[in-house]
Amino acid sequence: MERSLFRYILKYSKRQQLLILLITGLSLPFYYASLDVPKLIINKVLDAVPEDFPRPFEIFGYGLLDLEQKPLLYTYCGLFLFLVLINGGFKYWINVYKGIMGERMLRRLRYQLLVRALRFPLGHFRKVSAGEIIPMITSEVETLGGFIGDAMALPLLQGGLLLTAVFFIFAQDVYMGIASIALYPIQALFIPRLQRKVNLLGKARVKEVRKLSERIAESVQTAPEMHASGTARYELADFSARFGTIFDVRNRIYILKFLVKFLNNFLAQLTPFFFYSIGGWLAIEGSLSLGSLFAAIAAYKDLPGPWKELLDYYQMKEDSRIKYDQVVSQFDIPGLRDEALLLGDAEGGSFQGELQAVNLGLAEDGEVKIDGVNTLIPLGRSIAIVGDGASGKADLAQLLVRLIDPTAGRLVIGGVELKDAPEALIGQRIGYVGPATSLLATSLGENLTYGLKHRPVREVDYVEPAAARRKRAIMEAERSGNSVDDRQADWIDHGRAAAETPDALTRQIALALDVADLSGEVYQLGLKGTIDPVAKPDEARRVLEARRALPGLLEQSGLADLVEPFNPDRYNTNASVAENLLFGSPLGEGFDMEHLPENDYVMGVLAKAGLTDTLLDVGLQVARTMVELFADLPPEHEFFAQFSFIGFDELPDYQNLVRRIDGGRVGELDRDERRMLLSLPFKLVPARHRLGLIDEAMQERLLAARRAFAEGLPPDLRYAIAFFDPDRYNGHASLQDNVLFGKLAYGKAHGAAKVSELIAEVVATLGLRDIVIEAGLAYPVGIGGTRLTNAQRQKVAIARAVLKRPDILVLNEALTTLDGHAQTTIMTNLMDAFRGRTLICALHRPSLARQFDHVLVLKGGRLAGSGDFASLETANEALAQLLAAE
Amino acid sequence: MTLQHDVEALRQIPLFAKFEPSKLKLLAFTSERLSFNADQELFRQGDPGDSLYIILDGEAAVLVDTPSGPITVAKVGKNDFFGDIAILCDVPRTATVKATKALTTLRISKDLFFQLVTQFPQISVEIMRELAHRLDRTTRDYREAVAKLKAMGGSLN
Repeated sequence: MERSLFRYILKYSKRQQLLILLITGLSLPFYYASLDVPKLIINKVLDAVPEDFPRPFEIFGYGLLDLEQKPLLYTYCGLFLFLVLINGGFKYWINVYKGIMGERMLRRLRYQLLVRALRFPLGHFRKVSAGEIIPMITSEVETLGGFIGDAMALPLLQGGLLLTAVFFIFAQDVYMGIASIALYPIQALFIPRLQRKVNLLGKARVKEVRKLSERIAESVQTAPEMHASGTARYELADFSARFGTIFDVRNRIYILKFLVKFLNNFLAQLTPFFFYSIGGWLAIEGSLSLGSLFAAIAAYKDLPGPWKELLDYYQMKEDSRIKYDQVVSQFDIPGLRDEALLLGDAEGGSFQGELQAVNLGLAEDGEVKIDGVNTLIPLGRSIAIVGDGASGKADLAQLLVRLIDPTAGRLVIGGVELKDAPEALIGQRIGYVGPATSLLATSLGENLTYGLKHRPVREVDYVEPAAARRKRAIMEAERSGNSVDDRQADWIDHGRAAAETPDALTRQIALALDVADLSGEVYQLGLKGTIDPVAKPDEARRVLEARRALPGLLEQSGLADLVEPFNPDRYNTNASVAENLLFGSPLGEGFDMEHLPENDYVMGVLAKAGLTDTLLDVGLQVARTMVELFADLPPEHEFFAQFSFIGFDELPDYQNLVRRIDGGRVGELDRDERRMLLSLPFKLVPARHRLGLIDEAMQERLLAARRAFAEGLPPDLRYAIAFFDPDRYNGHASLQDNVLFGKLAYGKAHGAAKVSELIAEVVATLGLRDIVIEAGLAYPVGIGGTRLTNAQRQKVAIARAVLKRPDILVLNEALTTLDGHAQTTIMTNLMDAFRGRTLICALHRPSLARQFDHVLVLKGGRLAGSGDFASLETANEALAQLLAAE
Repeated sequence: MTLQHDVEALRQIPLFAKFEPSKLKLLAFTSERLSFNADQELFRQGDPGDSLYIILDGEAAVLVDTPSGPITVAKVGKNDFFGDIAILCDVPRTATVKATKALTTLRISKDLFFQLVTQFPQISVEIMRELAHRLDRTTRDYREAVAKLKAMGGSLN
């Protein structure tokens, strides 16, 4: 990248800067004229006697037409107004133009930095952290955009304004001119010296803040370690020290910065003193007209502005220069990957034939990892790499997919010199799964198809006005040297997955999930997920078929009593009072089950149904029971969390309340106390809690309240609940709940397991498995995929690699975190799926190599054996040692 | 069936007879009422033991696997409790229990059981007493069996 900021600015915005300079230059005469007109008004119109008129109206010394005093005044005033408008117009245009130019340059710079970050050799990420890179690309360069817009124009404009004004004052009187600029040399001498100190401190501040953000990122990542080690105080001490350092630096910056300001202000105030004294004297002497003095003072009013701007500009220039140097030096590191390889397209080319390593070597930070490996193995077979932890097998695996570049020798796969192959080719034709995988914080499905997104395959057919927007976006991206690829385009290379249609892709994904032993888990996720009935009416309809089929199946299996279905006309004894009343899924905060007693509409419905007092009474009885049951338990007893309706901290309040009411001192319950009691019955599930408080008469009344609730629902709450409707898919309930459409009955042995078996059966017979899997694919995996287990993430990575059908699949100890059964299943599946293709596995256990066609034994970075397992097992000492150590 | 019924049922069981009513209520409230159909297994021999069952109503057979197939070694009925060995000794289930009639039980999970025992020492005493009874009974059975065997002219060595 360009070494200095100004070189960078010139390289990418020379024409725009020149245009700004030109326009600025054009604006100056108008500015000069606007200074001149007030003088003309005073000298030619006001400071004259009526006999002098008519007088000529002059512009730049040319008399145009003769006018009487008042018309002449109006004409000059009109001219002044016109000039003010022109000057304002120029300023407006220049500001907007340079603002946009600055933003474009900023966009370009950020993009270039980001491309560089993507080109970092992977080893570099051991030295810099995300915490350092993020602020550099985001906040640190932010101010550069503003500066770039000003870089050339500001000194010219403000300098021009200043010079114009100074020139004007000189034109009025030389002494006044001298007085106006007399103090500038002093300022020019002192300010830069102070500024240099500020700059150094600024540099230190940027560094400290960067270190701080790195530390914050680190402690976020290592939060479990901190908690497990109980080192919070130590961590905070470290942060306190860092904040302290930053405070000190900023402190000193403030002191110096305001000293500079003070000096400037003082010197600026000194000049008017000269003006009034010298100018006044000259006017009294008669060698300076009053008009000239006023005009000079008016012009002087314009001097401190530009001068201050110039000084600020100087400060900002220094700031920006430092920032640019500091940021760019962080991104100018040796070993950056070639940009053409990163972004180059990969037509044709495939990896067939042989894998050849010639004197292959890898050294990192002076440490030899791979040392002179020579080998030639035919592709299209399974190859195992075994060795101990320091053998370099993981490095070799990474070299094979060029995650790292060799420092010596060559690696040729199928005639392709690996170091010259574009990443797109390797990405398409070689799959790689490492020991731990981070997923993108999007859906499971998107993570699976991520491996197919090398380039936009089908552009979106935009219609107006979207087409115009897209065109503008492309133009703007080009102007800043950004990528013009459309994020909205279809990036999924269906051909790569052998799936031309979306349905075919779903099938291929299902197959890949099978290979990765992930189908069952995705199916379970799918049951807990849901589909959008508006977007997928057919699927929703088919799920409803399953809902209708389930009761019959339960009946046939004699399991009908395991589920109590939702029936709009029946009270569900396995659901809570709240669920029975609402009879739907609450959406958002409107009908939050926890806060129903605070909901005016709900309480209104209950009051109308005459249920308020009954529920208060039930609440009292629940409270009484809870107090009786839990009063003796020590605090924090887990029964409170598991069983009690009342938390431990609330128990004393309820105890007091119950004691007061039972002592006969009922009185009027206040609002809060009523809420306390009313919150309890809503949670009651008759079948589970067996308190016998919700009898049949009460159930009938609650049913009536349920109807009243639905019928009287005001329009603003209509979207706060999705009612349970036997004939409608509920897009806010899970697939499983939609099929079940009821509650599991409490107290039935193995009920849940049996019902899910039956649901699985219904899903299978009605062919709904695809729908469930698709719902599972919509599951959001969380940041880094952390909503999935380690093992599941590995399986996702394997499925993703399988889905793009690579010529070669490299597994780098990818299965170690999986349980034994899953390891065997996946290995067998992969062996089957990759028959005829190449499967390369760096193995954590050498005995697993037995099933591979070819085995490479590494020891201390050198190749210690190569051949089939059977012959190596007897003849190769290195392998024998490894096997013995296992 | 309400909690009050369960409490009454528990009170009939010797193990809990001397409990305060509020403790019985807590036990009933925190345990799970589980019903089984005839022929349904509660658990199998070799399963990990995770809970203790108290029969509120119905009957079940205790079966032990032998090389010649499972044989019934005992019958349990109303007010009996079982499953304690597996959770006390942390061993797999020593026998299979299968409902012979419709069966209603209170299932007390391992965690809950240990919490009750540590919370309310009288439960441990009662359980000790019950286990001692069983041991006494088993020893008597054993003596009788040995005597019978000797009478038949055999020996246990």
